[in-house]
Amino acid sequence: MKILVTLKPVPNPDEKVKVREDGKGIVRENIKTVVNPFCEIAVEEGLRIREAHGGEVVVLTVGPRESDQQLRTALAMGADRGILVEAAGDLDSLAVAKVIAKVAAEEKPDLVLNGKQAVDDDNNQVGQILAALLSWPQATFVSKLEPDMGCRKAKATREVDGGLETIEVPLPAVITADLRLNEPRYASLPGIMKAKKKEVKLVPVASLGVDTKPKVRVLSLTPPRQRSGGRKVADVAELVSLLSNEAKIL
Amino acid sequence: MSRMTRKMFKGGEYLIAEVAKEDVFTPEDFSDEQKQFAETAEQFTRNEVVPQAERLDHQDFELMVGLLKKAGELGLLMVDGPEEYGGLELDKATSMLVTEKIAPYSGYLTAYSGQTGIGTLPLVYFGTKKQKEKYLGKLLTGEWLAAYCLTEPNSGSDALGAKTTARLSEDGKYYFLNGTKQFITNGGFADLFTIFAKIDGKHFTAFLVERAFEGVATGQEEKKMGLKGSSTTPVILEDVKVPVENLLGEIGKGHKIAFNVLNVGRFKLGAGIVGSAKTAFLEGVKYANLRKQFGVSIGSFGAIKEKIADMATTIFAAESLIYRLAGLLDHRLSSIPKDVSNYSEAYLRGIEEYALECAIAKVFCSEMLDFVVDEVVQIHGGYGFVQEYPAERFYRDARINRIFEGTNEINRILIPRILLKRAKAGEIPLEREMAQANETIRKRSFATPDRSVCLGEERALLKNLKSLFLLVTGAAVRKFLERIQEEQEVLMALADMAIQIFALESAVVRAEKLTAKGPSDRNEGLAKATVKIFAFLAGETVGTAARKAVFCVSEGGNLAMVLNGIMELTRYDASGLLAAKRCLAEASLEGEKYIF
Repeated sequence: MKILVTLKPVPNPDEKVKVREDGKGIVRENIKTVVNPFCEIAVEEGLRIREAHGGEVVVLTVGPRESDQQLRTALAMGADRGILVEAAGDLDSLAVAKVIAKVAAEEKPDLVLNGKQAVDDDNNQVGQILAALLSWPQATFVSKLEPDMGCRKAKATREVDGGLETIEVPLPAVITADLRLNEPRYASLPGIMKAKKKEVKLVPVASLGVDTKPKVRVLSLTPPRQRSGGRKVADVAELVSLLSNEAKIL
Repeated sequence: MSRMTRKMFKGGEYLIAEVAKEDVFTPEDFSDEQKQFAETAEQFTRNEVVPQAERLDHQDFELMVGLLKKAGELGLLMVDGPEEYGGLELDKATSMLVTEKIAPYSGYLTAYSGQTGIGTLPLVYFGTKKQKEKYLGKLLTGEWLAAYCLTEPNSGSDALGAKTTARLSEDGKYYFLNGTKQFITNGGFADLFTIFAKIDGKHFTAFLVERAFEGVATGQEEKKMGLKGSSTTPVILEDVKVPVENLLGEIGKGHKIAFNVLNVGRFKLGAGIVGSAKTAFLEGVKYANLRKQFGVSIGSFGAIKEKIADMATTIFAAESLIYRLAGLLDHRLSSIPKDVSNYSEAYLRGIEEYALECAIAKVFCSEMLDFVVDEVVQIHGGYGFVQEYPAERFYRDARINRIFEGTNEINRILIPRILLKRAKAGEIPLEREMAQANETIRKRSFATPDRSVCLGEERALLKNLKSLFLLVTGAAVRKFLERIQEEQEVLMALADMAIQIFALESAVVRAEKLTAKGPSDRNEGLAKATVKIFAFLAGETVGTAARKAVFCVSEGGNLAMVLNGIMELTRYDASGLLAAKRCLAEASLEGEKYIF
């Protein structure tokens, strides 16, 4: 089974970020770049499928040359080889999906695994657009995945509002990983050393012949409003009075 | 233009030589691969260890053992092991960086270091092929855990005064070990002990002793001030039958093992401490942002800002120092051809070369940490004194670092002693340099700052501080001659000077690298600010130590001249100190982290 896993480098979600002066992005200096946690889950799922069914896990990212570092993380986890489509500047979801579609057309994987969304801008679009571009079936927000190579299909359990939905998709298909799909492994130290020798193919985005001109423009970013501290009330009466008079929600 | 080859420095040579930034390794030089190793260690610690701090602190050793084995599965115990036996044989910079990232929960760091450092290294450096085949693979994967048993109830710093004995059996096949070892890290669960004993009460020798050997027992867990998560027990040996093939190294050469492993222990301890300090610092800035008094966060007050700036500065100095030492070690060790027959010996000589710097790292880092955890408690106010916040634990956990791996007093004494020994052996032209320093004073030809270059002020101070060290050392040597070795109060002062000079130089050189990236780099101004703060502190510390030494050594007319020399040689224009402190504090508070 050939699995193409995409991953997006994102600013470390554990660090405090600051909106840039022009208000259109965040300050990236001094903030570590990591693999989007949902993409890490997708990589892990790809590895588990390979371990169970054999095959190959190819990891793909789109971004600047430094994104090589995030591909190396996936390779250290156990992926077989990497593809880095070199592109400067931020690409919007459509452009990224187009790039992935182009690579998928060439690589012909049985499965494309994406994270359900990236924790930087939470767009949650690439997987869906990609499935449409490829005219492949999709299963998004997947928390359990059971591929059946013999019948060339996969059973996917999706986390939907209010419960779970289990669907079957013929392969090839696009799957986007949700939080509970698995717990990704760490890149072991010997794994990191082995990853050094694995192939990462550099592909200039221009060579793919896709239009990556952004269709979406960020107008402004606003940090969330500072939360003021809570306060303790003495009894129910005080609570009711505050809710009706001060918060005005009763 | 930067040179491609780094100059190799001798141990202690920094006191008489000038170093260029190209010759010094700094954290900015880490490769992508090294950063990846660090990332795994960091993630593992953050996700698996730190959330268990409470349970571990209540001595859940089953959990601790499980976490050590889990680290083994990730290869975190293999870093320093030879490839032949399943190790990764990575360089010292990597080994130190991984140790730093393991540090956020100190109890685990101690258990980890007990395993990978003192527990495993004696076998790595001194084991026979057969011994390594039998034990090393198991230690590198974590299948077996290890402990190192040197200290005894009545011999700590005086390690060679051990009372534990070994006696050869009549058939010559076994040694019988008897005695008690004290304060043994990982004692509660280790499978293999490296035990030092005196054969026939005379020849200090190391043995590999399995817990399963009859007569091995471990006593009650010590009730410690800190590091409660780590196991510390006595190891009691009663007629333990140890096969002769488990004798480690040579009969009567146990001290070689003990001292060599201590050198490694010291620089790795320093690296771990840098990690502990960053962890504590993070809690400090977080709390300073969170806590409101008089309607504003306390981090907006100058008194708190100054603490944050001073902490960030000393951590920066310690970090610069420790990785500079990593670079020195790696540079030398990588020059040893691997196929030479006495590789192990040459390797250990390579480490021993920097015994002075190892001692410096141990002292500077452990005292830096105590300063940091103290200030972090202070920032927390009353909440720093209760266990609701980790600040209280950091404070208790830090204290032992000034005691183990050789007390800071022993390490301080070592610093001038090693230097004088090297000078006597003709390895370092100390005599010539001391005479030169005298000339400097006599002719009043002090270094003056070249303000046209970046950090010229600090470079001049460094040059002068080195002259000052040589001046004072010269005066002490002339006064006491050979007896200087025993004048501990003076040795302490000389050590203080040597330590601060090494730390300052490491910080200055690193800042030069950071500023060379150009003014577009956000860290440029911050690096300069940090160095200004540290140069001021270090200059003052060296000045005080020098004056103390001089009052102990000189009198009469000479005294006045030397005191005047001290004043000239510690002259440093720290204009802009206030702005520097504020800018560093504000960047730390804003990023809510250690910013370098």
